[in-house]
Amino acid sequence: MIEIKDLHVRFGAVHAVRGIGFGVPRGGSFGIVGESGSGKSTVLRALSGLNPDWTGTMKVAGQALTRNRGKDFFRRVQMVFQDPYGSLHPRQTVDRALAEPLIVHGMDDHEKRILRALAEVALPPATRFRFPHQLSGGQRQRVAIARALMAEPEVLLLDEPTSALDVSVQAEVLNLLADLQERRDLTYVLVSHNLAVVAHLCPMVGVMQGGEMVEQVSAADLRAGRTVHPHTTELRRLSTELEEA
Amino acid sequence: MQVDIRNLSIAFPTATGLSHAVRNVSLTIGNEKLGIVGESGSGKSLTARSILRLLPRGARMTADKLSFDGIDILKADESAMRAIRGKRAGLILQDPKYSLNPVMTAGAQIAEAWRMHRKGGAREAHEGAMDLLAQVKINDPARVFGAYPHELSGGMGQRVMIAMMLAPDPELLIADEPTSALDATVQAEILRLLEDLVARRGMALILISHDLPLVSHFCDRVAVMYAGRIVEELGAGELAQAKHPYTRGLLECLPALSHPRPRLAVMKRDPAWAEGPPGAPLA
Amino acid sequence: MSTTTSPQTWRDWLLTDTPASRAQAAWGGRYRLWRDFTANKLAMAGLAVIVAMALAALLAPLLAPYDPGVQDLTNRLARPSAAHWLGTDELGRDLYARILFGGRVTLGMVVAVVALVAPLGLAIGCIAGYYGGIADRLLMRVTDVFLAFPRLILALAFVAAIKPGITSAIFAIVLTAWPPYARLARAETLSLRGTDFIAAVRLTGAGSARIVLRHIIPLCLGSLVVRVTLDMSSIILTAASLGFLGMGAQPPSPEWGAMIATARRFILDQWWVPTIPGVAIFLISLAFNLLGDGLRDVLDPKQR
Repeated sequence: MIEIKDLHVRFGAVHAVRGIGFGVPRGGSFGIVGESGSGKSTVLRALSGLNPDWTGTMKVAGQALTRNRGKDFFRRVQMVFQDPYGSLHPRQTVDRALAEPLIVHGMDDHEKRILRALAEVALPPATRFRFPHQLSGGQRQRVAIARALMAEPEVLLLDEPTSALDVSVQAEVLNLLADLQERRDLTYVLVSHNLAVVAHLCPMVGVMQGGEMVEQVSAADLRAGRTVHPHTTELRRLSTELEEA
Repeated sequence: MQVDIRNLSIAFPTATGLSHAVRNVSLTIGNEKLGIVGESGSGKSLTARSILRLLPRGARMTADKLSFDGIDILKADESAMRAIRGKRAGLILQDPKYSLNPVMTAGAQIAEAWRMHRKGGAREAHEGAMDLLAQVKINDPARVFGAYPHELSGGMGQRVMIAMMLAPDPELLIADEPTSALDATVQAEILRLLEDLVARRGMALILISHDLPLVSHFCDRVAVMYAGRIVEELGAGELAQAKHPYTRGLLECLPALSHPRPRLAVMKRDPAWAEGPPGAPLA
Repeated sequence: MSTTTSPQTWRDWLLTDTPASRAQAAWGGRYRLWRDFTANKLAMAGLAVIVAMALAALLAPLLAPYDPGVQDLTNRLARPSAAHWLGTDELGRDLYARILFGGRVTLGMVVAVVALVAPLGLAIGCIAGYYGGIADRLLMRVTDVFLAFPRLILALAFVAAIKPGITSAIFAIVLTAWPPYARLARAETLSLRGTDFIAAVRLTGAGSARIVLRHIIPLCLGSLVVRVTLDMSSIILTAASLGFLGMGAQPPSPEWGAMIATARRFILDQWWVPTIPGVAIFLISLAFNLLGDGLRDVLDPKQR
């Protein structure tokens, strides 16, 4: 479904992503883990079309991507951002946020689609006309996920979707993402600094450091400690150390 | 040094009456590492800040007892509070980006803190600051001394912040989510540094965090807060024996690397948790 | 949408937590804003004064006891009396009638200026802020050029270059008043452009025109409305100043500033003649300022 080869991203003189590549099958999930500044979010933004300064090859569903994406690309690929406080328009109701993709893509039956989307992310219908500031962090992230699903995409790019949430809410959102993937046969690319979260959702994990993908490892190998690169081993050690309390 | 908190309640007036953010909290802190854990809005920060009387405007604080080394914080005047704040008790916040002055070099800020509390000359302050930077294990103190906060990484900034707080030789350090904005590798280093400083100086430490495994790994004792109340207190390494359903829930909803779970447990919140033990007066 | 009768159920319908339709939610939101606004007594007083003066100006032909242009040279500079409530001016014209009709000219100018300035400033600011690059540099340098001149002097020069009169006064004020709006809109747009929620809209596939019109402009509107109301008094004063200097409304048209100008030589002996239009200007300016403060409290998102 997604194929990336030799992707470079430069911001002026800064070479943020240095020739990475990975592939994700349809209905699969790929996780990218790394520390701040490793370039993991930059990869996602280049893939989504938010950052045009890239070179290399990126293909979605067999079609090579260009700098400028058409409307059909945005119907196919959607993104969920880290901060649910910042990714919703502060003066628009949930209803308005969910209607926006429908208007842009000229889809009909707003009433039914919006109610169904709310039900799908387990939000009560009463939240439909609320403003973001009247919702909790977890509810906002559900709205952001519902918005991403409105145009019925095939690929969902998830940029640290749970790191601004409390752990109990994180569990709910991760379960929701797993359910949605199963129900809709979605393809995920998940970026996170949390190794456990990535390994939970994704069977394949790419570890990034300094703009390079230093290792691609299956979640099973990662759990078992069959890692090659020292950075992966270090991240794994830090993550498991706390679990054995 | 001992901090005594008995029946502390903190409330905020709202349009519909008082809203209680902290309810009947009692804690004693000696020379130890105490962790306070809870989710956002649990009242963990307010509880710790009440010791310094650094509460948001409009907050109403009541307690049967709130004392720092025998000083009654409820009755102390502002000058007495200033003698505690930043002097005998320091506060480290989550993001050094916001708590350091952006137009002063790191060294100048540490030197100023040093001079304010030790009353020395400029040269002594400079030496004191360099010494503090070395104590927080900065390899190249001279470079960091002359650097502005925006030139420092998150971990380096947090070290500078800790160095500043150490300047007056405090007896208590309150660290409010000191590593939440940092990468895992840096987080481990900062915690190791704090641990080392606490052991060497005989300081007390209150570590506030949302990360239960982290805190229980690091602290001697952990208080778990929910809806303004302490629902459970645990000793170090007793996490596996936690009894309260909320504490258990916090642990079970975490995805874990070592033991995969096909589906994460979702916490079912019981309204009774917020009510406290039967018979307890509602503040 | 169901129709209800008693005010109690109307309010319930508006304030419900679970609106049944988009219209109900929208009206509920408006009602909440209005309720917050009415809680501010000073702002309500300002609104009341503005509404009263606007009504008086609109209904001037009905309310005025005399024709504002009719002269009565035997009864010049009369004190306020039962026949002439506010007295008469140097040509024996009834001041009360002239204030009412003058309100039409002065307030009409203000409305015309605002109707031109706000969209102009908003459009220029949002385009410069959103597209950046050359468009931004070009538009902002033009803005700087206009900002470099003192407001009244530029307006005077402009009117003098064309021909004194109400229309040219309006354009002159517009010409000098838009730069601050453009700057404000640009600053707001710049801070909004990089936010995640605008990125999210871009990812739905919406074009830039739609993003600016539907998502950025509504957010700039709040602070713009506040700025406009606070600016009203200075627009009125500029209009009055132009009138005073003979560059605005021409006699015998009753404009408040021009009225003060012609009557200023009587300020010591017949003080009420120039004072009364001055009081009118003062009152409406103050009212607009109070209204602006109140609007800022309810509309400005930063205060929430």
